[in-house]
Amino acid sequence: MIILLILIIVLVVAFIAIYNGLVVKRTRVENGWAQIDVQLKRRYDLIPNLVETVKGYAAHEKEVFEKVAELRSRAMGATSPKESAEANNILTATLKSLFAVAENYPQLKANENFLKLQEELTATENKISFARQFYNDVVMDYNATIQKFPQTIVASMFSFKSREFFEAPAEERETVPKVKF
Amino acid sequence: MRPTLYDLISKNKRKTFLFIIVTSLFLGALGYVVIRILDWGTVGYIGFAFFIIIYNVVLYYNSDKIAISATGSVPADPDEFRMLHNVVEEVSIAAGIPKPKVYITPSPGPNAFATGRNPQKASLAVTTGLLEIMNRQELQGVIAHEIAHIRNYDILLMTVVAAIGGLIILLRDFFLYSTFWGGRRRSSRKSGGQAALILLVVGLILAIIAPLFVALIRAAISRQREYLADASGAYITRYPQGLAQALAKLRDAHKPLKRASQSNAHLFIASPFGKDRTNAVGLFSTHPPLDLRIERLNKLVI
Repeated sequence: MIILLILIIVLVVAFIAIYNGLVVKRTRVENGWAQIDVQLKRRYDLIPNLVETVKGYAAHEKEVFEKVAELRSRAMGATSPKESAEANNILTATLKSLFAVAENYPQLKANENFLKLQEELTATENKISFARQFYNDVVMDYNATIQKFPQTIVASMFSFKSREFFEAPAEERETVPKVKF
Repeated sequence: MRPTLYDLISKNKRKTFLFIIVTSLFLGALGYVVIRILDWGTVGYIGFAFFIIIYNVVLYYNSDKIAISATGSVPADPDEFRMLHNVVEEVSIAAGIPKPKVYITPSPGPNAFATGRNPQKASLAVTTGLLEIMNRQELQGVIAHEIAHIRNYDILLMTVVAAIGGLIILLRDFFLYSTFWGGRRRSSRKSGGQAALILLVVGLILAIIAPLFVALIRAAISRQREYLADASGAYITRYPQGLAQALAKLRDAHKPLKRASQSNAHLFIASPFGKDRTNAVGLFSTHPPLDLRIERLNKLVI
């Protein structure tokens, strides 16, 4: 009788511990995603400023400006991590070409406002890529945990679902040089 | 096979753990001998344990303020040091900790240190000399090393190690003082002369080796934590080359820091006395040679 009671208590305690562990990991994933989101929004805010500054010196490079604007709104409208990752990866590449355009205008490169924006955007790109790295790490940990025994029992009872990674562009997967404009 | 980061980190943790056990045992043995000789009894043991705890708690809560003010560091202006603030924030995001407070240490010697008892209350400082010679990526490497110290709770560890070390020295002084000047009453009372003599001899031997032992242990733990911070710093940014290049620049800089002392040397990224620019692993140096650290970083498999 006592043995049965002890067994039940042990099981209940283990159950609570597993459930709480899962909640902690899921919260980490959500925080990780929120962090990426914050940085993506920061970049969306910086882009119009940057485009305006570059326009002042290189008004006829319309094509790049339009492309950046279009990709920005596409990225802002993305709903799933996967969609957002894809749109933002293209946006990153296009921003690189915008800075490549700026290389041709020495006066622009000396503009203090432009230099500030360049540093801010470099920082934001790094933050995005670090936030993504962190997010992917915690997603991997979370996804692995909910598949392990005995956590998988609790996970399926309370519908802890596996999460999507925020994919890095193919070129960045091998080595990880941070973006430098 | 080349060591991976996880291998290095777990190996380092095991070593540090072992060091702490050995030091604590040593402290316990010394405390035991001293209290036996002085005949303090149970009250002595309790008082001793109580003292250790209070001493540690006070040090622990003030370690950051002490380090910041001892080096004359001032808060970094967010506009003037925009890039530094950005880099610190980036690396904090990568490490998954809140952004620490950022300080500037006015000194031409390139160096950096982190302090604070936990990631929520951490501060880090870089010297003006460091900002002058590092580019963005190298600065990122340095900051990652410091943030790794914070995330690995090295400040807590080194505070405890320093506290234990300080106590050992304190006990030794107390022991020497009371044996030679105040220990007369004990000899007239007890009969077990031989046991007392053995204890006295053991106490004396311990007293002689204590300071050496303390310095050795502190330096050894500090060196292990430096390697660990390099490895975890590289893991945080996934870019060991940045830190490796920064360390190479520190190696070539040859400028010791003026306001550093033995008590906070372990906090810095490179020895503030410039000792780690030689190639030999000194038993008493708090930092491994920079060349060795660079070599290990280049060998890492991320």
